[in-house]
Amino acid sequence: MSVKELVERYCRTSKLPHIWCPGCGNGIIMGAVMRALDKADIDQDKTVIVSGIGCSSRAPGYMNFDTLHTTHGRALAYATGVKMANPDLNVVVLTGDGDCSAIGGNHLIHAARRNINLTVVVFNNSIYGMTGGQYSPLTPTHSYATTAPYGSIDRNFDLCKLVQAAGGTYVARGTTYHTRQLVDQIVAGLGHNGFSFIEVITQCPMYFGRKNKFPSAVDMLKWQQEHAVPVKAAAKMTSEQLAGKFLIGELYHEEAPEYTAVYEKEVIAKARGEVK
Amino acid sequence: MPVPTERKAQLLSGNEACVQGAIAAGVRFFAGYPITPSTEIAEGLAVELPKIGGKFIQMEDEIASMGAVIGASLAGLKSMTATSGPGFSLKQENIGFAALTEIPCVIVNVQRYGPSTGLPTSPAQGDIMQARWGTHGDHPAIALMPASVREAFDLTVQAVNLSEELRTPVILLMDEVVGHMRERVELPATDEITVVNRVKPTEDPEHFLPYKPGPNLVPPMPAFGDGYRFHVTGLVHNETGFPSGKGKDGNILVRRLLAKIEQRQPSIAQAELYQADDADIVIVAAGSVARSARAAVKEARAQGLKLGLVRPITAWPFPAEAINSVATTAKAMIVAEMNLGQMIIEVERAACGRVPVIGLNRIDAELITPQDIIARAQEVTKNVR
Amino acid sequence: MNSEVAHIDINEKWCKGCGICIAFCPAKVLVAREDGKAAVANIEACTRCGLCELRCPDYAISVGGKQHASTN
Ligand SMILES: Cc1ncc(C[n+]2csc(CCOP(=O)(O)OP(=O)(O)O)c2C)c(N)n1
Ligand code: SF4
Ligand code: SF4
Repeated sequence: MSVKELVERYCRTSKLPHIWCPGCGNGIIMGAVMRALDKADIDQDKTVIVSGIGCSSRAPGYMNFDTLHTTHGRALAYATGVKMANPDLNVVVLTGDGDCSAIGGNHLIHAARRNINLTVVVFNNSIYGMTGGQYSPLTPTHSYATTAPYGSIDRNFDLCKLVQAAGGTYVARGTTYHTRQLVDQIVAGLGHNGFSFIEVITQCPMYFGRKNKFPSAVDMLKWQQEHAVPVKAAAKMTSEQLAGKFLIGELYHEEAPEYTAVYEKEVIAKARGEVK
Repeated sequence: MPVPTERKAQLLSGNEACVQGAIAAGVRFFAGYPITPSTEIAEGLAVELPKIGGKFIQMEDEIASMGAVIGASLAGLKSMTATSGPGFSLKQENIGFAALTEIPCVIVNVQRYGPSTGLPTSPAQGDIMQARWGTHGDHPAIALMPASVREAFDLTVQAVNLSEELRTPVILLMDEVVGHMRERVELPATDEITVVNRVKPTEDPEHFLPYKPGPNLVPPMPAFGDGYRFHVTGLVHNETGFPSGKGKDGNILVRRLLAKIEQRQPSIAQAELYQADDADIVIVAAGSVARSARAAVKEARAQGLKLGLVRPITAWPFPAEAINSVATTAKAMIVAEMNLGQMIIEVERAACGRVPVIGLNRIDAELITPQDIIARAQEVTKNVR
Repeated sequence: MNSEVAHIDINEKWCKGCGICIAFCPAKVLVAREDGKAAVANIEACTRCGLCELRCPDYAISVGGKQHASTN
């Protein structure tokens, strides 16, 4: 499908061009999500896109589905309600690093723990974009932000490890540079029956870039290109070689009972006396 | 214990009656987080909902519960949550979201003593103003205050119905006493209960404007998955549902949200009047305090003191007309409440200075007794003569 | 590899001139105009890899011709 057809079909074209800054990765990720939905051949009328608050969380407004732009941090809570109420709907959550790991961190670990069938795509730009460049729980230590004028002293989360430890059953990391792989990761997440989590390393040239000596979006993508190591390649590398790098690809995958299915099979069946 | 199809007397608590009312009104989704004194509602629905194919989920906190309830309502199920004090505070931001985006849902708040953790198992009526103004910005509010177990059932049904009819969050504002007390009640049979369902759009998705109000100022509401592909946002939006960023649209939207409640006929505001017509002193009391007030009226009349009662059934919209109707005949009004003076502000406003309005307030975690009320009435009688 | 000459469409209205497509085009097909927006300079070199399409944050660039690789 050409990009024109893609946009025509999956975007609310009258809302474009979008509000994001020149070079912002949000558009790349939204494009990858639309391509993945197309590749996965989902039913557009049975798919709900849910987001929180932030630059990234504006994406659903551009997407031609049932879309829900909630409150800051709470996308996963709303999405859990949607999915529980009607498990036939495909529910995709688009969220920012601050949205899902700071204010929404608790909802993230609990949605993962339940293994409810949601596909979560995190736009990790290492910063709070919408509010003008404050540090987030994913801002790398010693990076600069408006609220970390001397460099952040906070240790940043490895969100993929967190989600895996919490019980998420499909975990992958991609980047806006490795776009083709990113599409495939989201396709895999959509196909997985359980809590799927795709962290996307992306660029906010406007705030993270400016504060941290990246003159342009291109420089930020080059940084991704140089620092991302595919999981397979990493297996053959020493820890010195891996220092300062980050892994991309499928990081974890397991089949486990999915929450809404278990509710149906166990709770409803027991309540009705159909099984003991 | 599903709602009986025929009338049958049973011994129930207010919280249990609320569970039955929810089921009877068609609630099929509940999300909550345990907190005294509301927990029995969650426990009851955890048992009952799956029996009829409904969904119960215990979320990680009250914020999540409120979010899940809104999500489930958008997916087409009548949805409810229940909480108390601290949990009610946590829900506020998302209650505002439901108000602005017009998502039907019911929030039960079994009031307990606050602020903060306060006295978790002690009764209070300290959330009357929070039920009105808890979330930020101007917004509509409906809050119902049952005074008996039977009324806990009826008002739960009414709360669900109003939320569905008007597409707005509705608060069932119980207090600990009503929630926990047990009474013998006869619940109405299924066919005696009016159940209201949200109106769905009739136009095809092509021509559908998700926030174009119907004649009652309420926009018809499809469910996610119905093929309308609509957008829901907590940003100010116009009829398309998309954010407009314009104050002009905020003005239209927020005024309509209030107007749809104000202009509903018959008015949502309700009060019960008990021996109020000829009363020298009218007690205004709601929830469990109204029970003491009713006893006080009987006792005082036996002693020759003409008391009467106005019992607001809706805290919001406040039944100002009922107050008005007695403000010219009574010599004084006593507003009895388990807080330091919340409802009294509305009573004073409705009475417009035509009659002295005096507070009777307790916050020592003890009930306001009929004796408290009579004693205050006697005092007032001396002073107003 | 590629017998047909490709066709690249740039939507000037949507292009924000970020330069991503230009910087990462493996065949160096694109250049920046004076205003920073992308322009085609060397269409013959285009292999229709589709990377510019995939990475353009603004859906402003599309590669025409049959069976380009962008979504497969
Ligand atoms: C309860 C609440 N607190 C704070 C805010 C302000 N706020 C809006 S967006 C945002 C951060 C967004 O950062 P992130 O999730 O990383 O998304 P980005 O904008 O970078 O895409 C904050 C703090 C809010 N809207 N609501
Ligand atoms: S501020 Fe950053 S995240 Fe937000 S649109 Fe601009 S570049 Fe993107
Ligand atoms: S990537 Fe897109 S927005 Fe950026 S310069 Fe190229 S066409 Fe323009």
